[in-house]
Amino acid sequence: MISVRDLHKSFGSTEVLKGINAEVKEKEVVCVIGPSGSGKSTFLRCLNMLEEITAGDVLIEGDNLTDPKVNINDIRSRVGMVFQHFNLFPHMTVLDNITLGPMKVKKMKKKDAEAVARPLLEKVGLSDKADVYPESLSGGQKQRVAIARSLAMEPKIMLFDEPTSALDPELVGDVLAVMKELAKEGMTMVVVTHEMGFAREVGDRVLFMDEGIIMEEDTPQNIFSNPQNPRTQEFLSKVL
Amino acid sequence: MRFSFEQKRYRQGANTQMEFITESHYYRVMPFLLEGLVWTLLITFVGLIIGFALGAVFGLARLSKNKIIYGIATVYVEVVRGTPILAQILFIYFGLSDLTGLNIDKITASIIAIAINAGAYIAEIVRGAVYSIDKGQNEAGRSVGLTRGQTMRYIIWPQAFRRMIPPLGNQFVISLKDTSLFSVIAVGELLYMGQQYYGITFAAFEALTMVCIMYLIITVPTAVYLRRVERRLDV
Repeated sequence: MISVRDLHKSFGSTEVLKGINAEVKEKEVVCVIGPSGSGKSTFLRCLNMLEEITAGDVLIEGDNLTDPKVNINDIRSRVGMVFQHFNLFPHMTVLDNITLGPMKVKKMKKKDAEAVARPLLEKVGLSDKADVYPESLSGGQKQRVAIARSLAMEPKIMLFDEPTSALDPELVGDVLAVMKELAKEGMTMVVVTHEMGFAREVGDRVLFMDEGIIMEEDTPQNIFSNPQNPRTQEFLSKVL
Repeated sequence: MRFSFEQKRYRQGANTQMEFITESHYYRVMPFLLEGLVWTLLITFVGLIIGFALGAVFGLARLSKNKIIYGIATVYVEVVRGTPILAQILFIYFGLSDLTGLNIDKITASIIAIAINAGAYIAEIVRGAVYSIDKGQNEAGRSVGLTRGQTMRYIIWPQAFRRMIPPLGNQFVISLKDTSLFSVIAVGELLYMGQQYYGITFAAFEALTMVCIMYLIITVPTAVYLRRVERRLDV
């Protein structure tokens, strides 16, 4: 479903990604862990071209992002993205945040878009918040709205960029619960996270990144209980 | 003429308070000034509407990654901000008619001058406001599949516009005052009409006092209102 081949990314003269190869299969949940500055967020952002790709190929359902003829807006509408800082639209109500994409990208009527949005709000446990503005929500609620906003486009793939890192500890659980539910329903997910518990419980595969490459990849069981690479061992000994 | 009223009052006694008002220069200058005010406001409003359109286009152009578009917009902004508006109005009214042989009407020339001048300052207001919106907003819009244009229109612009309101109000006050410079090409705006009055009556103090009061009647409430808007945007 996602196929990454020898991906390089540089910011000016600093090379952040130094040749990444990865495959994500349909319905698979892949968690990306690693120290900060290891390039994991950049890697994720390359998967929907929020970062321009310096070299290499990223294929989403067979479409190569680096092909100049590819319709990037179309691909992005099939790839949902959830950000560390939520990035809700503060000038719109919760409901309008969710219906904007379906209405403007898929040209749905307002009524139809709301018929998509309301069940999603219910799914993330926020049906009573449809008409409020994001500023009145807690961080955890904001992030759940952001997830609903992505899901409204009915994406095939969901990308999560440290979705719980900006949350107060007691709010993390609600967001993770929604993500677990999604994983159970068979969503293809790539999750950059510091939540080792989530990676262990929900991930099908864990990628350990450091210094711009994937140092080790394995099932959660193997990587957490028996890491092979010394860098992985060092990292896990610090965070676990 | 100037002293006729005092003489009259001396003759008739102090029973005519109404006359005291209606015969004073402060009162008699008003028909002139109200006519002038109409032109001042007309030039300011029409000029600023066009100026806002120019400012929006050039402000967004200043954010463009395209070097040519960025370059054109930057030249426009720097040329206009780097030259006095008095030179600009003379350039438009005399310079351009000289060059093209067209006879540009004074009011049109004034409106063009305000539009071009304010346009450059508004371009910087627009650029700053759009630039100040968190990059994550753009990323969130693009990642649901919106095009660049849609993201600008539905997400960035509405948020940026709110931040533009205080500086735009400020620009309104500046442009309103700048229209007084058009008296040099004999546009019948507020200051010019005041000058016309004291040219006939020599009542310069009274006429200019009233001219200033007329400006203040527009500018002070605007400033007060803007401060209130600003405070509301803060919280």
